[in-house]
Amino acid sequence: MSALLDVSGVTLRYKTSSVVVTATEKVSFSVDRSDRFVLLGPSGCGKSTLLKAVGGYMTPSEGKMRINGREITEPGADRMMIFQEFDQLLPWKTVLENVMFPLLMTRKLNKKDAEVRARAYIEKVSLTRVVDSYPHTLSGGMKQRVAIARGMAMEPDILLMDEPFAALDALTRRTCQDELLQLWEETKFTVMFVTHSIAEAIKIGNRILLLSPHPGRVKAEVIDVDRVSAEDGSAAKLEKQIHDLLFADTATAH
Amino acid sequence: MGEARILMRSDAVAGAVDPSEVERKLGVVELLWNDGFVRKAAIIVFLAAVWEIYGTLLDNSLLFPTFHDTVITMFDKVRDGTIPLRAWASLKVLFMGYSAGIVLAALFTVLAISTRIGTDFLETMTAMFNPLPAIALLPLALIWFGLGNGSLVFVLIHSVLWPVALNTHSGFKSVSNTLRMVGRNYGLRGLPYVARILIPAAFGSILTGLKIGWAFAWRTLIAAELVFGVSSGQGGLGWFIFENRNLLDIPAVFAGLLTVIVIGLIVENLIFRTIERNTVQKWGLQT
Repeated sequence: MSALLDVSGVTLRYKTSSVVVTATEKVSFSVDRSDRFVLLGPSGCGKSTLLKAVGGYMTPSEGKMRINGREITEPGADRMMIFQEFDQLLPWKTVLENVMFPLLMTRKLNKKDAEVRARAYIEKVSLTRVVDSYPHTLSGGMKQRVAIARGMAMEPDILLMDEPFAALDALTRRTCQDELLQLWEETKFTVMFVTHSIAEAIKIGNRILLLSPHPGRVKAEVIDVDRVSAEDGSAAKLEKQIHDLLFADTATAH
Repeated sequence: MGEARILMRSDAVAGAVDPSEVERKLGVVELLWNDGFVRKAAIIVFLAAVWEIYGTLLDNSLLFPTFHDTVITMFDKVRDGTIPLRAWASLKVLFMGYSAGIVLAALFTVLAISTRIGTDFLETMTAMFNPLPAIALLPLALIWFGLGNGSLVFVLIHSVLWPVALNTHSGFKSVSNTLRMVGRNYGLRGLPYVARILIPAAFGSILTGLKIGWAFAWRTLIAAELVFGVSSGQGGLGWFIFENRNLLDIPAVFAGLLTVIVIGLIVENLIFRTIERNTVQKWGLQT
């Protein structure tokens, strides 16, 4: 079976007012169905830029990106983005309307079916009691869970998550991570997850792509991450290994 | 290696707190005073009282009629149908100019967000024309469109178009990048993107623009009627004020002014406040 997402030799450049920045250089990887694929690296390694490119918001200056064999040229609802920012929910719509919105806009479902499905996914992230609330009345963690429900309700080919829990407090972050894994157990969706936290990468991912900064290049790929566990200390050991790998890089660079 | 110990404390469990200590009901006076409407009404009552006292002390209804004289005249003129008729004449012209101005502003801003040259066009035009008082265009308008509603509508469009376009455009520009990306993620582009994402996201600024546009239009219209008198058929409120000044019926002049103020208050506090309460405040975009 061919990979769901295939990124080969992708170089991404963006212009600021005075210079052209190379965010990533010749990055290749592939994501299979039901992968929890994590992009991990220090700031400046282009991991968020890479995710945005997969989302279709940037065109690579070199290389190809294909999803399901189709080349990625523009944003589309087959790749649902979940952002770090709390303002990704539409403030003029209730929780239910927010989750229904993409379903209706892409004409995937009619109004009645969209509502049924939206309610089901809101139930999954256990937010049924705030279904008619407006986003500004929710806490940060709840907003992110609504965004996750909205992304999942579309049942996209892949969920693209850009540090979705980075702005949450530590306790809420752990709850959200557990909940995401729980949801994955239920539906085995494919997710690409960007983070700068090694612990989060190990907890969330089954595969981790390590990127080095300036410009972003693939440094290593960690596979079978889901075999380690926090109980026997193997997760902590892997965390140290990854840390040393990333740290060695910065030590030589400066 | 030492070990930490957890000591259980039962403070949180022991004896439920009396709910009245956590929540205290506010008194009637406090509740009333918390209502902005009540506070504003109190201010208006106070100003009316000052007016009444000053008018009584001056005792010269040709210069400054008392509040109750004005109100009585206003009631008479409302009852005999003069003021409602005049107000309606003014409002009719106002709505024509206001809606035409908004439609044009919408066209300009959609053009401005879709192309770079459109942005430059809008920014140059607003920079040129926004500071230009609409009234200054009236002599010219009278030559172009003659003595009629055409001229008034023209200056009204001028007074509405620029503030609404300016505010809408700056509202669009300040829509967060995240929301834009969310909209594009769902495949929205072109007009649906503007209607579904940009307009609701920028609604606070748009509403501000509409309020400013309304105030500009209203004062421009009254002033235009005052300066240039009657236009087509029977005049509006501005003409009513002008006419009564010529007849030295000063209480009626005051009644006309008061009507202008009252209509302004109604539009601001009923129409725009209601829209605000049901949109930006409900959405938490404004407190």
